[in-house]
Amino acid sequence: MMCSLALFPPPLPGDGETSHYYSKDEFTTDPSVWFEESHALNLYFPRESLKPHSRPESSSKAAFRDHCETLYTRSAGAWRDAGLSGLLNEIANSSAEVPKWLGVSSRCVLALLQWVSSFHGSLFPHLTLSSEEMTAEFSQVLDWSDCAVRGFAWHPHTQKCAVALLDDSIKIYNPKSSTSPTLKHRLQRSVAALQWKPLCASDLAVACHNCLLVWHVDPTSLSTRPSSGCAQVLSHPGHSPVTSVAWSPSGSLLVSASPRDTAMLVWDVAVESCVPLHRVGGGGVTHISWSPDGSRLMAATPSSLFRVWETRMWTCERWPSLKGRCQSGCWSPDGSRLLFTVQGETVIYALTFTDTPGLPLGMSGGPKAATVVADLSETSLDTPDGDTMVGGEIQSLAWDPRGERLAVLLKGDAGAGRPAMIAVFKTQINPAFKLLPCGFVQGEPGTEPRLMQFNPNFRHGAQLTVCWSNGKITHVAFYFMSARVPQPGVGGSPPLPISQGRPADYVNQTLYTELIS
Amino acid sequence: SGHSKDGLCTGSSRRDQVIFWRAVASIAWSVLLLPPTTALYVVLSRFSLFHPLQWLTGKRTLKNVIYSQNIAIFSFILLCGVVLLVGFFNLEYYSVVPSIACSKIALLGHVLHPRQFFHSLVHCIMGVVVAWCCAVTIGGRYQALGYPCMKDESGPQMCLNENHLVLLLAGAFVGYSHSLLGLVHNMNYISFHTVQQYKYLCFKGTLPLVMRASAVQALYSLRNFLALYFFMGYVPRAWVCRTLDLQVDSSVYSLDCVSGLLDLSLLYQLWISASFLLFTWYITVLLFRIFVTEAYSFPVQPTFQEDAHQCLPEVITGKQPTILKFLALQDLARLSNHCPSRRQEVFSLSQPGGHPLTWTAVNRECLSLLSDLTERLVSHHDNVASNGRTNRSWVLFPPPGGSRSWVLAHVHHPLTSSLMSIIPSRLPSCPSSPHVFPHVHHPLTSSLTSSLMSLTSLTSSLTSRCGPWPICFMMSDWVLFSLQLPEASSQALFADSQAHIWALEGLSHLVAASYSEDQYGVVQTTLPSILSAMLMLQEAVDRHFKLPHASSKPGRSSFSMGDSSYKTLRFALRATLKTSIYRITATFGEHLNAVQMSSEHRKRLQNFLEYKE
Repeated sequence: MMCSLALFPPPLPGDGETSHYYSKDEFTTDPSVWFEESHALNLYFPRESLKPHSRPESSSKAAFRDHCETLYTRSAGAWRDAGLSGLLNEIANSSAEVPKWLGVSSRCVLALLQWVSSFHGSLFPHLTLSSEEMTAEFSQVLDWSDCAVRGFAWHPHTQKCAVALLDDSIKIYNPKSSTSPTLKHRLQRSVAALQWKPLCASDLAVACHNCLLVWHVDPTSLSTRPSSGCAQVLSHPGHSPVTSVAWSPSGSLLVSASPRDTAMLVWDVAVESCVPLHRVGGGGVTHISWSPDGSRLMAATPSSLFRVWETRMWTCERWPSLKGRCQSGCWSPDGSRLLFTVQGETVIYALTFTDTPGLPLGMSGGPKAATVVADLSETSLDTPDGDTMVGGEIQSLAWDPRGERLAVLLKGDAGAGRPAMIAVFKTQINPAFKLLPCGFVQGEPGTEPRLMQFNPNFRHGAQLTVCWSNGKITHVAFYFMSARVPQPGVGGSPPLPISQGRPADYVNQTLYTELIS
Repeated sequence: SGHSKDGLCTGSSRRDQVIFWRAVASIAWSVLLLPPTTALYVVLSRFSLFHPLQWLTGKRTLKNVIYSQNIAIFSFILLCGVVLLVGFFNLEYYSVVPSIACSKIALLGHVLHPRQFFHSLVHCIMGVVVAWCCAVTIGGRYQALGYPCMKDESGPQMCLNENHLVLLLAGAFVGYSHSLLGLVHNMNYISFHTVQQYKYLCFKGTLPLVMRASAVQALYSLRNFLALYFFMGYVPRAWVCRTLDLQVDSSVYSLDCVSGLLDLSLLYQLWISASFLLFTWYITVLLFRIFVTEAYSFPVQPTFQEDAHQCLPEVITGKQPTILKFLALQDLARLSNHCPSRRQEVFSLSQPGGHPLTWTAVNRECLSLLSDLTERLVSHHDNVASNGRTNRSWVLFPPPGGSRSWVLAHVHHPLTSSLMSIIPSRLPSCPSSPHVFPHVHHPLTSSLTSSLMSLTSLTSSLTSRCGPWPICFMMSDWVLFSLQLPEASSQALFADSQAHIWALEGLSHLVAASYSEDQYGVVQTTLPSILSAMLMLQEAVDRHFKLPHASSKPGRSSFSMGDSSYKTLRFALRATLKTSIYRITATFGEHLNAVQMSSEHRKRLQNFLEYKE
């Protein structure tokens, strides 16, 4: 069954019709959505109040007057700042002071280096990007470089969340505690991702500019500014910038990825040792996602290839021949299904892994080809305000921990009048995989969603946390009875209708709603 | 009883065979890898910057080729023999529990130990052999020890070829320093990796690191050697000349001066030969480690009664050898995490009788491991707390290998000058884990003190005379600075903690899985004891980390072949312990309130349930 956006109920116009579906921030057309009026963790970080980190030292050169130094001092400085190429550049530029043969040979070597690097860059175009651009390009956050909230992570076991901000600080919020610690570290720059360690109360892994930080934030501590001694710095030569980080669900291992490093690093955090897993091809690793049962790991590369690792013996399956690079991926709660999206395409693919994990040669019985499960190409939907264009490329995917809701962050296109928005699907995994349209989540007029994550500790259904372009963080709750754990006496779920065909069908769909306030 | 004893004997020998055959396979692979390595060495040794064409085409006379073919085959056989011997030493000297010297004097004791002396001596000789093979391969002016020369009066004579001699001595020095550094950096210690990979991939991933390590280590060794040769070069030269009746050619510069040693070609050949030597040995060590630590799957339940001694519960409870116990614990941790079908076998009941024999055996052994560690930590803490850090204390550790029990002890007087004693003594049987005996006033101390004073004076005189000799460095270090290695006592307490980590992982995964998989409730009855063992250990570990030096992290060392992961095992244990308790609390949740336990433990457990630890 193919799901397309045309089957979706259209998003409501800016001013909501019924207070029932209206909250002060969002509008949604999903009748099963209910907003708690005052969520303790509705956060607001105005863009203006955050100062982005000043540029690194190398660019502060322009602020100082030129000063005559000896060639030796300048060369030493160039070697320290920019390595071999900087040294050669310095020598080549000061031809008056050096012997002729040295100037000529350094120019030759420099030209050769540039030629080699341009050749390498033509193989892997992403290597020509600067670190910041690279993080922005491969981050799961939409428009990362200009976003007030650069990362968000729910704690897997308690109501606690960490927010990474534009000014390179991380704040931790816990509704039960009055203190909200702020984490700052000298090396904590351009935070691309963060994740709490499972089966642990305190550890938070942060993917930074050129290292990986693991903070130990004592939950009982009253300190609002934990010292940088609470952070473990994990770095490895050539592993920068780190754009993705993932803890194993058993909490024992941490995997980090960098688009510049062809190796994915598997860290034993307590021992601070890492095992690099090298594979030829791809040119780097951009995004990693661990299946909830811990048996598999998806690793996307900057080229049109991604890998699915099996975590028992750490062998991998290659998935080449995509049209573009894999942009995002997410696993079903039982680890049997992987959904992924490809840059430049507007569809969601699915891979099904049928074998029981843990058997010898765990990759046998894997899928042979990916199937398209949803088509999110542009469609116009009728709204009372007139037609609205929705659809397009996909930025990221999120699946709620019970496997009942799938949120898709659509990139949108401001020029074409398509705002970025979140489309939500209902999903069913057993007995057969199904995707059903659910609705759209939109923000205040003029704001766009940037980042989303499901709250793993929401009792009554699924709760999607959305970070908006204006710096607000809100929580959209979807109340439902879990199909997997039926509770007697509350009516149960009616059989899910399978909608095929006409767009108007959504009106007649019996959406199983159970409002629990 | 006779039958079972017989079975045990054959069983243990068959189990030993697992390790033996793995070692044989690793040695066979290192011998197979020798031809390409040698070929690479030959190419690199012929490298000449100014004659690239000659280097590539290898223009040589026919006579040379025939001569060098015979000798090349001979030297290659020698190299194979060396690799076999190195492999044998690996098998004989390896240990899964690192030997940690708590002070520098204890380290010195390790160095002067006869067993280690033998190791060093053999490696020294093997270094000479490899260097000779290298010299023969390079040919030219390195080919032979003597060459005919004309002296003024007495006609043709044989003169000493100092280039050849330097190469041989460098080989001996590198061989010796390999053995010594292997001891200092615990190269015999075999650590198990958290990430299991196939052997080939593991080897491929580590190969570049080994290449770099051997090249860098060769540089350092060479620096030390050249310094030594610069000062003391005349001693071996004179000795060789006297024994072999060779003359010194006065027309050639001797090499123990600055201009002689700054011969770039000689330096390059020395470095490339030392790298080749270290690389072949490191590869042997690496392959041995990879082969031996490969996960082994023990059957959980015997198919036939005769195989009972080979299955997991039996091997886990067995005492010797330690590596098999480690492999079994590793297997337990893996099966509890990855294999539902094998977990099912652990939870199953015995066919006649209906007793959960497997689970009981596994559980008992894991709990005894944990309580051992708890006891050790508590006694160490009490010792430190009652004595303070400055009082005299006796620390006894078993050496690598467990059963071969040389025990080192030291005593520390704060008031007088530091007096150390090394008392090598054979104990009939030493337990496989380090033990701390507080307050043992050894009767030998006083008698040994005087002899030690003489040892001290001897070493200081050595220091003044022999220049940059590693032991002398260490001794002068010892004389000048403090003797205690502050972290070492903490490291030594957790030296075998890899076993505890696996026990914790295995137990916690099994308990968590039992929530849905345990049909007969065999785990439930033991849940209180498991929880209390873990919580007691947690308390002991927390207290230990409050001691000075316990929570300081060792500086990250640059890569060498020595495995320093034992230095951080205590952190790994602490993290695993917390995760394990959380795994149980996260699975059972509120049901744990129904479990019988003391109020103190319940309070602690409540913290875990609320995610406040």
